[in-house]
Amino acid sequence: MVRRWFILLWLVMVVGNSSAAERTYVDLPGGEFSSALKYEDSGSGVRIAPFSLMKLPVTNADFLVFVRRHPQWRRDRVAGVFAESRYLSHWAGPTQLGPQALPRQPVVWVSWFAADAYCQAQGARLPTWSQWEYAAAADEQRADARGDRAWRERMLSWYAQPSNHALPAVGSRLPNAYGVHDLHGLVWEWADDFSALLVSSDNRDQGDPDRLKFCGAGALSVNDRDHYAVLMRVAMLSSLEGAYATANLGFRCAR
Amino acid sequence: MRTFIAQLIVPWLAVSAALAAQANPAPLPSDSIYHLDAPLTDQSGRRLTLASKRGSAQLVVMFYTSCKYICPTIVDTVLDLDRKLAPAQRQQLGVLLISLDPQRDDPTALKTLADKRGLDLTRWTLVQPQVADVRAIAGVLGVRYRALSDGEFNHTGALVLLDADGRIAARSAQTSGEVEPQFMSSVRAMLGQP
Repeated sequence: MVRRWFILLWLVMVVGNSSAAERTYVDLPGGEFSSALKYEDSGSGVRIAPFSLMKLPVTNADFLVFVRRHPQWRRDRVAGVFAESRYLSHWAGPTQLGPQALPRQPVVWVSWFAADAYCQAQGARLPTWSQWEYAAAADEQRADARGDRAWRERMLSWYAQPSNHALPAVGSRLPNAYGVHDLHGLVWEWADDFSALLVSSDNRDQGDPDRLKFCGAGALSVNDRDHYAVLMRVAMLSSLEGAYATANLGFRCAR
Repeated sequence: MRTFIAQLIVPWLAVSAALAAQANPAPLPSDSIYHLDAPLTDQSGRRLTLASKRGSAQLVVMFYTSCKYICPTIVDTVLDLDRKLAPAQRQQLGVLLISLDPQRDDPTALKTLADKRGLDLTRWTLVQPQVADVRAIAGVLGVRYRALSDGEFNHTGALVLLDADGRIAARSAQTSGEVEPQFMSSVRAMLGQP
């Protein structure tokens, strides 16, 4: 009888520890990085300071804990200015996940404000675009796999898949060389500076950006058209407002 | 004796009612930007919050003092709008300029710009938000911006009209020095006939 309790206790500890471990961050060294985006003021070179990034996207289960602790973020109480009407619409109730929102799926239908609040409650922030791009340049073996055409095509094939099947659980694929999972092929993710992606109305046109629309030196353009996955992410984020949410947009945190 | 008690009770009731009203203002509408109660410092160093602007219509613009391109014409556009209002209308509209660059736009920098442009500081407020709040403030106002490597900013120069409860009533992307006529109509409609 006592042995059974010990085994049960051990199991609980293992499960408890593994979920705690999965909420952890990995350290990335940073350094000089060549962005696929060309900035008119600084070219494509970006300096990334060392930082930590969540291994996995935030899940439905994680977000439920947050909503219970901070009830102003319940979908029935949140201010409309912070989250549109479809916020957490896939959940069965304000504090109830239900069959359309499995605990280990990445949380979606979250606005930038909600994602930002979650990260700040952790003492973290949403990653910047540059931090994300840097972390996402890695494949399973290399820190920067972008020169490999086969890898780029693999990225494209993931994005080309129709999203009519349920989202898989986080962490179901191998991590990249930094130990980070799911930067490609699972959900789009919010960036802290999503609204910094000022692109001209047709960002395939490499001609004269619309200088008058944006105060300053004009918009950014795309350095390397082959990085189509990056282009799609830029197009996605630059079309969003902070209160918006979609079925394929989640997030993770950085610090 | 009765009069004496009445003289005590009536004022007490009035004060209680006033205090109750102050403690329980009407709830903020769901789409009010004042749900973001960001701390701010104005050009005279006074501390306030974004939500403290509730109570009168506001014309809100995000800018920064060292801006060379569009920002001077943004101020021109708001001055043009101001001039086109009747004095009674003008008194009902607050103007709020929020810096995108709080690391450099401290109260001194804000005051210098206000003095240089001759802004009416009885109605215009220039504020320095906290660095960590700029993206969120821009988010509720629908403003997009990027910090450039030389300290300048790319930003969408929008004029945003808020009603007294902080709901966005109208916006204008025309910041060339002359206020857009349709936006001017929206402002007048909100402030009522003079």
